[in-house]
Amino acid sequence: MSERKRPKLAVWKFSSCDGCQLTMLDCEDELLALTEEVRISYFLEATRKVEKGPYDVSLVEGSITTPHDIKAIREVRKQSKVLISIGACATAGGIQALRNFRNVKEFIRCVYAHPEYIDTLTTSTAISDHVPVDFELRGCPVNKYQMLEVLNAALNGRKPNIPRHSQCMECKESGTVCRMVATGTACLGPVTQAGCGTLCPGKDRGCYGCFGPMEAPNTAALAARLSQLGQSGRDIRRLFHTYNANSDAFRKEGDNHG
Amino acid sequence: MADTRTIKVEALARVEGEGSLHVKVKDGLIKELHFGIFEPPRFFEAFLRGRDFREVPDITARICGICPIAYLMGASQAMEDILGITVTKPIRDLRRLIYCGEWIESHALHVYMLHAPDFLGLADALELAKVDRALVENALRLKKVGNEILETIGGRAIHPVALKVGGFYKLPTKKQVRALEEELKWAVETSIATVKLVGGFDFPDIEQDYNFMALRHPDEYAIHEGRLVTSSGLDFPVSQFLDHVEEEHVPWSNALHGKPKDGGNHHVGPLARYNLNYDKLGKTAQAAAKAAGLGPVVRNPFQSIVVRAVELVQVCEDALKLVQGYEESDRAYIEAPVRAGEGHGCTEAPRGICYHRYRIDADGSVLDARIVPPTAQNQKVIELDLWKVVQANLTKSDDEIKWRAEQAIRNYDPCISCATHFLKLQIEHG
Repeated sequence: MSERKRPKLAVWKFSSCDGCQLTMLDCEDELLALTEEVRISYFLEATRKVEKGPYDVSLVEGSITTPHDIKAIREVRKQSKVLISIGACATAGGIQALRNFRNVKEFIRCVYAHPEYIDTLTTSTAISDHVPVDFELRGCPVNKYQMLEVLNAALNGRKPNIPRHSQCMECKESGTVCRMVATGTACLGPVTQAGCGTLCPGKDRGCYGCFGPMEAPNTAALAARLSQLGQSGRDIRRLFHTYNANSDAFRKEGDNHG
Repeated sequence: MADTRTIKVEALARVEGEGSLHVKVKDGLIKELHFGIFEPPRFFEAFLRGRDFREVPDITARICGICPIAYLMGASQAMEDILGITVTKPIRDLRRLIYCGEWIESHALHVYMLHAPDFLGLADALELAKVDRALVENALRLKKVGNEILETIGGRAIHPVALKVGGFYKLPTKKQVRALEEELKWAVETSIATVKLVGGFDFPDIEQDYNFMALRHPDEYAIHEGRLVTSSGLDFPVSQFLDHVEEEHVPWSNALHGKPKDGGNHHVGPLARYNLNYDKLGKTAQAAAKAAGLGPVVRNPFQSIVVRAVELVQVCEDALKLVQGYEESDRAYIEAPVRAGEGHGCTEAPRGICYHRYRIDADGSVLDARIVPPTAQNQKVIELDLWKVVQANLTKSDDEIKWRAEQAIRNYDPCISCATHFLKLQIEHG
């Protein structure tokens, strides 16, 4: 395909661990083929070559945590025909959104000797809290096959095939024994969106919710069951308030406990 | 009027996270040089307070998507230190195997995709693929071998889920682990070829008198266990790390600078490990190093790419042996009752030592957390290298200086996400 015709792809980073953009480089079998279909125009983790926008598709990793981030994400939106936020940081504020529940000044003092050098917002928030987003891909980190599907869909102008049902469905489909039923293990599977590939239940542990809330989750019913299983209010709050703590459903449910 | 020049690199490429360089030159001499880290802070140490000790390995893994094992394992070890847990040999071996996986993935990514293009005058590995597609395909296959180890044991490559305080939630079957054998045999041979390839690059002529610090273990090339040693002659247990290293907060960086308390700087990572533990490298890795012209002492930071490749040989061979010797064990983890206390953990992340210290309450809640990642410790030596490199290249154009400076920074495979838990290049000719 000629250089001129390939759609331009940009990969952006805000506050994050780099794991979701690394997922792109982890597509070892697909990466070279992918770069024949798209032109990587901005992807600092992979290349020093920077091409100006506009871009056909932007993948955005990370959450908004500084005044500069707010300006930068507006510019990214302006330059992007399709904007896809990837991962728990970009779609819900990430683990660093735990600051939203506490006093940030105290946090800064706790880590840094000179708080005056640090420029940060009091909250860590999702990309969609600041600009319109065309699709949000969940996960901490995202699943590479889901990422390729979302890219493929965006490049072909169709809706991505990403299920919004719970992890429980995935466990049943794969014939994985239910940890909660069989061993009384605390599990967020009933309220967490599927897509990881039944990782935690497959490793004999409860789901810790890294794909965030499913569509219309019944978090109250799960919390009641967790309580019956002997989980303390504090444990229930911590379970909801971790990797997707600032997603509406998990934030509210967690706030009811502890 | 004085001749002044400012050179800036606002956002460094091919590093993990966001960093910058700012250099101010006056009358042909560098007046100011800052390697800055503008990646926003994420406050891990703060929000870990009040969390349950069992959550800490998975939470701290989120400091870095490239080296989650360094966090999962350092945090687990610190908690085991508090609870008085000593893991069994099969658990210890499986931990080393998954750590080898992380080194293979991270080193293959850095050597081929992030660093080699600099030596070839190319912008990235995709341009390299246009010149030599088979080479990049091999690089990706090598990287994948590392990821397959992580997935087989941990469930996924980034933020694996099977590791916990005391060991693993579930052990892989013998069949699953042995399935890695054939690819690892290929990986050993490919790593040897990698040493030969990168050993043939042109290296700028620069030698630095570094004070290296690394873990050292009597029986192996230390990765996940050992005592801390330095080239200045210190030798102390992990628990005394903070007696020897302090953190300084400078205005141009969101990453605290880790440095020796007795003054000066220390250098962590592949070069440090190689110089301090050359005698612990296996025969294959030593032979590969020798064939590439490396002696037991390497003080040219640009040769770190060769040392990283030598380490690839070492960990591919180690991983192969561990895979061949793997047997299913009846205990996936060791448990002990919770008690209050303070514990330390330290392992060799691909970029160097990563230290953890926690205090927990009698109910298992975290009272205090302290994490010192490798890139934070290397900020000072990176600046010292940059002084030399930029000064030696001042007759060149800004673009050439920028590229050379970026390459010098990439010598360290800096992981900025880690260091802010931690970069931007500015050169001011003023």
